[in-house]
Amino acid sequence: MLSDVWDYLPNLLRGVIITLEITGGAAVVGLFTAFASGLMARSSLRIVRIVARVYVEVFRGTSAVVQLFWIFFVLPLLVGWQLFPIWAGILALGLNIGAYGSEVVRGSIRAVPRGQSEAAVALSFSPADRLRRIILPQAWVGMIPPFGNLLIELLKGSALVSLITVSELTFVGQGLRQLEGNTALIYSVVLIMYFILAYLITMGMRFLERRAKASLGMRPVASSKPSDKLIQDVPS
Amino acid sequence: MIVVTEACTPEDTGKWEWCRVDELLNPPPDAAWNSLYNGLWITIQATVIGAIIAIVLGLIFAIMRRSSVRPVSWTATAIVEFIRSTPLLVQLFFLFFVIVPTLFTGMDVETQAKVAGFTGLGLHYATYMSEVYRAGIDGVPKGQWEATTALSLPRVRVWTSVILPQAIPRVLPALGNYVIAMFKEVPLLFTIGVTEMLFDAQSYGSSTFHYTEAITVVGVFFLVISIITAIPIRLLERRYGHL
Repeated sequence: MLSDVWDYLPNLLRGVIITLEITGGAAVVGLFTAFASGLMARSSLRIVRIVARVYVEVFRGTSAVVQLFWIFFVLPLLVGWQLFPIWAGILALGLNIGAYGSEVVRGSIRAVPRGQSEAAVALSFSPADRLRRIILPQAWVGMIPPFGNLLIELLKGSALVSLITVSELTFVGQGLRQLEGNTALIYSVVLIMYFILAYLITMGMRFLERRAKASLGMRPVASSKPSDKLIQDVPS
Repeated sequence: MIVVTEACTPEDTGKWEWCRVDELLNPPPDAAWNSLYNGLWITIQATVIGAIIAIVLGLIFAIMRRSSVRPVSWTATAIVEFIRSTPLLVQLFFLFFVIVPTLFTGMDVETQAKVAGFTGLGLHYATYMSEVYRAGIDGVPKGQWEATTALSLPRVRVWTSVILPQAIPRVLPALGNYVIAMFKEVPLLFTIGVTEMLFDAQSYGSSTFHYTEAITVVGVFFLVISIITAIPIRLLERRYGHL
């Protein structure tokens, strides 16, 4: 049985690479749309806020699978050209997770104490600098744990892309199953691989969180629950 | 088999055609697809049955994780963490191809698909809900636990009469949000042959080659229903507060 696993491994690992590519690509798209729409939701222009709201509601209100199918099957009929399956997958998953990320961005920015913003105004920072140098570095710390959860959701969501014939981990698993018939073993290995990937993501996000806190002169307390207080490292 | 009603012209206009929507919802008698309303009904069944499984099992997991017997709490933690960090799609395949055929040998494939789909959905979200319950249980003040010890209440009554009545109202909004999330995951079940909405849209698309209207209508159905169901949950949130 173990030797079977050994035989399947090269193919499955190729699937893992594609899964990571999709997850990474969609994370970039999602990060971009999350920040864009999260900042747009704070705009003073009503129309900008409405655009951001509609994006978030549409992508959070419908199924990820339906969005994927819509982008892959329907969009080509409307615009006249078709995306490669993997790009359609990255786009659909990225837009989907970006809508959830948008709320994270919005919430974390709102959680930065008002005084910080006021102090930046008093020091005559330009609005762009105020956001870039004062607000975002502090909001970022709060965004990392929820972004980590979303990244795991994204990893799990990348399995959907197998439905539009991208040969990622799940797709490879299905192919092997049809070829070898060793269903229980193959799916078990696939599940364990996803579990390991998710674990690695969790580890990576903890590292990022520690570093972001250190850059603000904060030291994380033992656990990373959002309610935990941050300790000032250097007394002022 | 290509079926075209009188209302729709056989040639493709390349534009949005409302008659397709009508065809999808009210198929002609000899059509190769089921009405989308049929799929909607299956989707609602999947959500309700899955939600019942998730709500009950989630609570069981949460209580198990608090157990002082190490193997019990450890098992629950392992199950929850594993299911939570692997894709529902692969879990559905595992249930449908491995577990359900071994457990229910005499069942026809369509019922097997439903059993695998509903329990898979329920099990996956039970792990999310167990975290919600856990937060709710942690939110019950310590004094309440001490009081039950002082009154030497039996273990079962500690939970049913003291802890859960205080924990559950606070977690209702969060549980509700997960039920909406489950509703949006139901289309995954079409991959194992459960005839929910996306299944109907697909079979409409493959017999008429008009995917545009079919998939878009499914999307609109989801959007409308999840926006409407979000309203009572916002009301619950206003009443019991965020977790």
